Amino acid sequence: MAVLDIGIDTAVVSPVKRKRRVGTLFWMAITWIAFMGVASIFADLLLAHGPIDMDMLERRAAPSLSHWLGTDGLGRDELARLIHGARISLTVGLCAPMIGLSIGGGLGILAGYFRGRFETLVVGSMDVLLAFPPLVFALAVTAYLGQSLFNLTCILGVLGIPAFMRVARAATLSLAEREFVVAARALGASHARILIHELLPNVFLPLLAFFLLGVAVTIVVEGALSFLGLGVPPPAPSWGSMIGEGRESLELAPRLAFIPAATMFLTVLSFNLVGDTLRALTDPRQGAL
Amino acid sequence: MSAPALLSVEGVSVDLPTPRGNLRAVDQVDLRVAPGQTLGIVGESGCGKTMLSRAILQLLPKKATLTGRVRLDGQDLTRLGAEPLRKLRGRALAVVFQDPMTSLNPVLTIGSQLIETLQEHLEFDAATARKRSIELLAAVGIPAPEHRLTQYPHQLSGGMRQRVAIAIALSCEPKLLIADEPTTALDVTIQAQILDLLAREQRRRHMAMIIITHDLGVVAGRTDEVAVMYAGRVVERAPTPALFKNMRMPYTEALLAAIPKIDAAPHTPLPAISGRPPDPTRPIAGCAFSPRCRYAMADCHQKKPALASAASSDHQYACFHPIHAAAGACV
Repeated sequence: MAVLDIGIDTAVVSPVKRKRRVGTLFWMAITWIAFMGVASIFADLLLAHGPIDMDMLERRAAPSLSHWLGTDGLGRDELARLIHGARISLTVGLCAPMIGLSIGGGLGILAGYFRGRFETLVVGSMDVLLAFPPLVFALAVTAYLGQSLFNLTCILGVLGIPAFMRVARAATLSLAEREFVVAARALGASHARILIHELLPNVFLPLLAFFLLGVAVTIVVEGALSFLGLGVPPPAPSWGSMIGEGRESLELAPRLAFIPAATMFLTVLSFNLVGDTLRALTDPRQGAL
Repeated sequence: MSAPALLSVEGVSVDLPTPRGNLRAVDQVDLRVAPGQTLGIVGESGCGKTMLSRAILQLLPKKATLTGRVRLDGQDLTRLGAEPLRKLRGRALAVVFQDPMTSLNPVLTIGSQLIETLQEHLEFDAATARKRSIELLAAVGIPAPEHRLTQYPHQLSGGMRQRVAIAIALSCEPKLLIADEPTTALDVTIQAQILDLLAREQRRRHMAMIIITHDLGVVAGRTDEVAVMYAGRVVERAPTPALFKNMRMPYTEALLAAIPKIDAAPHTPLPAISGRPPDPTRPIAGCAFSPRCRYAMADCHQKKPALASAASSDHQYACFHPIHAAAGACV
């Protein structure tokens, strides 16, 4: 009898590895971030001038061979201040969301998984934190603890916790109802194992995308706080305080405000671009239904 | 049933608090499954099939309350602490879910899901676990198993995913496998393959199996015993051949009539069961099926029939006016 035998152990067509195009814009963004990162790490070796060395004879000097981007109102090298400012902006921009990511993300996953009173408590306290005016909070902390890079990072980090908590909790809530979590429990997985092994890898992707967005936002906020004089104390440079100082000589030398502003713009744009692309690239569900 | 039961469900009820009142999802269910035996649980959506399976697995929602006893190998699962229960799951009890799209973790590879389950439960080292995973995937009929270990669930078809889910469930050699509508989300052609696979692995491992389905056709050739559920209660229970040859409960008859027949003339209307299942938050005084039953008499609306046996002890049904037996009484 002629039976059509479609054996399942016939040849397997291995899935074609799709080349995912990321585009030149992504690489430009990566290059810019890498450039800023390397420059700020090796600032002391690369630069001829210190960021706070004043040269009163060369105030607001135009760009020249000795001062590539000119000098500011106090005769300090603009390039040196820009690179040292990057150090501060990037440190705050990366460390503060890290605080939000670990504390907020952790709380969010726990709240979304365990629900009940713990969730009520976490969500309630986050609402309190959200309702507190951030600028007043920053002012209060800097007034009591003083202005420093560490305090600034902590303030921005704590202010970021509720947002990370919400992202993590929302993702966990929908995931915890999925059958693979029940399946894991049916196979005898402990709570810790489900949280770390089943939920974390799923929640991590939206959190990572949100983290990169958080970096961009934090750099802007740090700039705004420094502009208002609440950031790192002078004379240490930061992009925000440079824009603030440049404002005083906008008519004489507009570049003093525009150069740090443009640098900040490019950096923030780069982080957003990289965040978006990475999210699209690493999401294995992209090809799913 | 002569063999000692592996699983015995004794008077299990599940209550769920809802905003509209208490919902009795499972009502006084008694079941027994012997090693190597297959029990089919059949019923329409919302009749408590899945809640019953969750009750057996002790995976009910936190708010649900369970009364009665679930004994597995003599141990009462309802009284077991969290840690012994966790150890028991996987090794003694395993489950295959309805939808393989959601029962596998989308961001972990097939390999890591399978290998780490083996490492966790059987304390294999990485190389042994990997070897065993490949054997398991081959056993459930997955071509190129080694290659599949590095793939993600979305790269597999629905049937393949269900095979992987079965491989994971079988990985720790469970004594009882609960298949909760294992083929509902699959193509008809794949359904038979998956059911045959389950039957083959069951025979090979001599494990007990419970197949939960809404399709009488699924249980017909593949189970030893069938329990028909309606509104949280078992309304008829019999060895499979006896049930199909000699069904007593009008609901079972109605379910069977609702299966499309291949030899029916084109455009024949499907005999659907009219009406809807009763609202489980509002208990009915009489037989729960009486509002929809063609044979219902006055007493059906007043008293609840108990699950009892008439002719043979292993055929039980809950009906005052069973088909055939009381043919004269019914129109």
